[in-house]
Amino acid sequence: MLILECPYCGVKAEETELHGGGEAHLVRRGPDSSDDAFESYLFQRQNPKGVHFERWRHAYGCGKWFHAARCTATLEVFGTYSAQVSEPPQQIRDRIAARRPGWSWSDQG
Amino acid sequence: MSEPVSALSNASFDGLVHVQEAGLHGMIALRGDLDSEALQSAVTNSAGVGVPAPRTVVFDGARGAAWMSPDELLVFCPYPEAGATLAQLTDALGGAHALAVDVSDARAVFEVRGPRMREVIAKLAPVDMSAAAFQPGTIRRTRFAQVAAAVWLVDDAEARIVCFRSVAPYMFALLCTAAAPGGEVGMF
Ligand SMILES: [Zn+2]
Repeated sequence: MLILECPYCGVKAEETELHGGGEAHLVRRGPDSSDDAFESYLFQRQNPKGVHFERWRHAYGCGKWFHAARCTATLEVFGTYSAQVSEPPQQIRDRIAARRPGWSWSDQG
Repeated sequence: MSEPVSALSNASFDGLVHVQEAGLHGMIALRGDLDSEALQSAVTNSAGVGVPAPRTVVFDGARGAAWMSPDELLVFCPYPEAGATLAQLTDALGGAHALAVDVSDARAVFEVRGPRMREVIAKLAPVDMSAAAFQPGTIRRTRFAQVAAAVWLVDDAEARIVCFRSVAPYMFALLCTAAAPGGEVGMF
């Protein structure tokens, strides 16, 4: 069972109260991008065994979208944070690095 | 003039707990900046209570307010006064960026009362109902089986649940099933 604390209302919501929104921090590619970049934006997703950044919505609660960083293999949750950022905050990165030595945000994507 | 009726006309059930459709309530959904002076004074003047802290409710008799999200309150008042309360609220908000809507006829309210109240709710909602985690005055939006609901505790033996009126029969059936004699768990 996955429990994520909504950073907006502070509720520790169980997975069935949430709606998954897929991979976080995608960079949008528009009409002026190359076909390859646009295809990648639309269809290519990471599928790591390990650290992953995701979008979630507190659907049966305050209704807000937020971000979560967790491990897909162990379900360890490194933290949840605001939806209004395009990269994970330093605090979250530090927490992941402490738990997964050698991990770094710059290796992502 | 037609007679207003609540979703289940005060239907009730006695089992492990007393379940009651709690009749008509004036309810106004209010969205806006809960920290703003304009909204706070509008709520105080029209609802008769202050803006509740996150995840709490404040009541003074039939009047009150429930914290629904970082930018949403549900204001309670006697059913016949919903129109006047909404007008007062809208007037008090003036030009502030906010939205107030009378949802009295779009919601249903249930009362769950008895020493096994926590146990009955815990069967239906993925919420820690222990006395340490969920205290009177606290509100939690969640789901009861398959429908969205908000639940708060009036005291240690009574909970109130608000859900969409369209799912009131489902909610009543759920609560009655969870409160069926023989279904004691003894968790709390
Ligand atoms: Zn939330």
